[in-house]
Amino acid sequence: MTTILEQEAAPKLTAKDFASNQEVKWCPGCGDYSILKQVQTVFPDFGIPKEDIVFISGIGCAARFTYYMDTYGMHSIHGRAAAIASGLKGLNPKLSVWVVSGDGDAFSIGGNHFIHLMRKNFDLNYLVFNNQIYGLTKGQYSPTSEKGKVAKSTPYGSVEEPFNPSELALGAKCSFVSRSLDRDPKHMQMVLKRAHEHKGTSFVEIYQNCPVFNDGTFFAFSEKETKQEQSIYLEHGKPLLFSNGTKGIKLDGTRPVIVNLNENGNSASDLWIHDEHDKTKAHIIAGFFDTEYDGVHFPRPFGVIYSEDRPTCEDGMEQQIAELTARKGKPSLDRILSGDKTWTIL
Amino acid sequence: MIKIMESIVEQNVGHDTTLIEAESIVIRFSGDSGDGMQLTGTQFTDTAAFFGNDLSTFPEFPAEIRAPIGTTAGVSGFQVNFGSKEIFTPGDEYDVLVAMNAAALKVDLPRLKRGGIIITNTAGFDKKNLGLAGFADGVNPLEDGSLDNYTVHKIDITKFTKECLAGSGLGMKEIERSKNMFVLGLLFWMFDEPMEYTINFINEKFAKKQDIADANIKTLKAGWNFGDHTEIFTTRFHVAPAKLPKGTYRNISGNHATAIGLVAAAELSGLPLFLGSYPITPASDVLHELSKYKTSNVKTFQAEDEIAAICAAIGASYGGGLGVTTTSGPGMSLKTEALGLATILEIPLLVINIQRGGPSTGLPTKTEQSDLMQAMYGRHGEGPLPIVAASSPADCFNTVLEAARIAVEHMTPVICLTDGYIANGSEPWRFPTKDQLSPINVTFATEPNGPNGTFLPYKRDEKLSRPWAKPGTKGLMHRIGGLEKAQETGNVSYDAKNHEAMTKLRAAKIEKIADYIPLAAPDSGKSTGKLAVLGWGSTSGAIKTAVRELLEDGYDVAHIHLRHMNPFPKNLGELLSGYEHVLIPEMNCGQLSQLIRAKYLVPAESLSKVQGLPFTTSELKNKILEILK
Repeated sequence: MTTILEQEAAPKLTAKDFASNQEVKWCPGCGDYSILKQVQTVFPDFGIPKEDIVFISGIGCAARFTYYMDTYGMHSIHGRAAAIASGLKGLNPKLSVWVVSGDGDAFSIGGNHFIHLMRKNFDLNYLVFNNQIYGLTKGQYSPTSEKGKVAKSTPYGSVEEPFNPSELALGAKCSFVSRSLDRDPKHMQMVLKRAHEHKGTSFVEIYQNCPVFNDGTFFAFSEKETKQEQSIYLEHGKPLLFSNGTKGIKLDGTRPVIVNLNENGNSASDLWIHDEHDKTKAHIIAGFFDTEYDGVHFPRPFGVIYSEDRPTCEDGMEQQIAELTARKGKPSLDRILSGDKTWTIL
Repeated sequence: MIKIMESIVEQNVGHDTTLIEAESIVIRFSGDSGDGMQLTGTQFTDTAAFFGNDLSTFPEFPAEIRAPIGTTAGVSGFQVNFGSKEIFTPGDEYDVLVAMNAAALKVDLPRLKRGGIIITNTAGFDKKNLGLAGFADGVNPLEDGSLDNYTVHKIDITKFTKECLAGSGLGMKEIERSKNMFVLGLLFWMFDEPMEYTINFINEKFAKKQDIADANIKTLKAGWNFGDHTEIFTTRFHVAPAKLPKGTYRNISGNHATAIGLVAAAELSGLPLFLGSYPITPASDVLHELSKYKTSNVKTFQAEDEIAAICAAIGASYGGGLGVTTTSGPGMSLKTEALGLATILEIPLLVINIQRGGPSTGLPTKTEQSDLMQAMYGRHGEGPLPIVAASSPADCFNTVLEAARIAVEHMTPVICLTDGYIANGSEPWRFPTKDQLSPINVTFATEPNGPNGTFLPYKRDEKLSRPWAKPGTKGLMHRIGGLEKAQETGNVSYDAKNHEAMTKLRAAKIEKIADYIPLAAPDSGKSTGKLAVLGWGSTSGAIKTAVRELLEDGYDVAHIHLRHMNPFPKNLGELLSGYEHVLIPEMNCGQLSQLIRAKYLVPAESLSKVQGLPFTTSELKNKILEILK
């Protein structure tokens, strides 16, 4: 029997409710499909009405994401989504705002907005689909492409160092730094949830395969044969373990050391316990990218590298207004129009 | 004393001074950037305004915050024209020049009227200062007779200030800083203006530093007494209150009026105001001023750059606020791509460009009207936008309100042009009360407007504008973006015919605004005749003065001034065709005249000035008379 209560309760949304009526037009096999699916899968769990969700994107393959979500959305201009989202969140802090960006959009043309958003800490979620290549413009190297990358504009190899996005975000005072990848749906869902729960700018870097221009670039981290050696999955309060739990990382002062737990004298209890609130250690973990310690290559970290509770920009704006209003009151428009010094001609 | 002013009525007051009644007087305060001339000028102005004079001011300062002391590069000037008649310009030439050092005299002497009064601080004319100002070794204009055609008062203001404040406990630096108060006191005496306004100002400003307040007031009074007691000055001047329309007035600068206009726009529309801005001269004061009104539904956001500033404003407008960005020329260039986005999104947005000399960094502290073509055509693609321009400091208020009204009632970004001249200049303003201002009508979409409960974000109304559905509105979720839209649904469309139709629709929407704005009419003169001067923006005061003076002399001239630069008032072409000659003075190389000639095929003649300075009345009169000859 249907009770009145049940009739009134809003039906729980499903993943399908978040799909817009627009045909998805990414290349077959693109990692973006998986990201779209995971986002649509986790959103019903957030319990936010669809009308309170806004996706803002810039330009690039990833940016088309906005059209595929049945929420509010704006597909804007190259690199500027962070600034547009800041204004939107600043005006209406009640909205759940999601920025979808790519490596060129976020770190190249939008680099300035990216770092300043991290510093300002508006409570919004910033997803970067990192495929280490320019896809929509058909295959030029990107600011995350590895040095030596042979691409359309670098037939003899790129001569530039790539950004390490986690280090960049940490350096810019980001309050939530994380990484996931398209081929690990469960992990991505976990990270997306964590990003949503975090109050402040949540930076989620998602390794995304571009089957057309940069196929297999992250396979070392996602495929069975290499994944265990090349990736390390971080969990708050848990030791840093990889290689099916046979290897771990311990700290010798501030120097990370890989230890083989199968060898005598090495114990899991000596390992580095991940503390996502420890910024110093977060910097070391973020450095598991191109930094080598004593010539040893470290596995790439996935999960929440760093999180910190600190005041958001929109709350700061609102609090200042509330305090000023409480102290001074709201002047009438007539008072503002007249100002302090007037004279009258009779 | 030489007769330097019109309408002089001699009277005898006191023992040995003469009080002369003058209709209007122009004073130029000039000194080093650190001499406090802007403050001195502002205080004099506020006092004159407070006691009923009409006036117009022109602050002029160098781009360098502190250029090398004593050099001509560091000269900062403040010009005020105050009178008992209506005043529309800061004056072509000045009656009185206050020169705090040799460099100030060198820079500003050329525009002092022949026979005018010079008040100098002799401490600023020592060997070092003369050298820094570029006078040849041994040459001192105060001594060599070169100023014989002027009335020169040589006063060691620095010395008097030091003597006045000896034993005040203040350091030498603070004492020297007070010397502008001595000048101000002296001028108050000379022009028969009371000191109370400034004394109150000082007491408020230094409420927590009583010693500084006391020192400034003491020096101010010393300046007054110096005029009153020494035999140097035999003449004082009085400018009676102006016969302005009845009402209550305040003095206001253009940037201040712009800020208040934005606060009023928020209140009249009921929309929260969001300003995204990045500091740039001469626009920063709008950001500063607006930041004080946070309790009036205003949020200000100093963005990381010009692009972020407009983008944040776009985000706020998308969220259902009144998004505003303020800037000047170079910043305007940076905002252009985002302005294209706002154009295709068709959302309300105010872009206020306080023009300055360009291109590039150009003349950051000088004025120009050279961004009109940029406002008209400065976007890639076909993207016409409405443009409005302010004609005087106080008119910035009306113009901003008009821009806001067009933006929200027609769902479009609007470019609002002012310039450095009126942004920094000030004038008395008979401010309105709230109930005298028309409301700005905002309608947010709340219900589906398409078949089967769907929402069509690009369905158009009679103004051709689209609905504004803000995030948070149930059932109206939709996506917008920079890609071309299909009509009505707003879905991405690459269809060739659709693109052409949408391009024309967007243009027609802007053109249709002409149905909602006033027709053009002469500000003075007849609606047909020999010659019309067509102006826009800050040239208004100079044109008005020139045309009224020529009308009084019996010439057949008229003045038409534009607020709406795009679309033009519907009758503009017809109105202009009723004159034999159309003269368009502009502080650019003829941008409006190109537009007018192209659109209406009238043989408009351009009067161009690009010197970083406003037109003088005489420049305009000479040109008009040349054409009429």
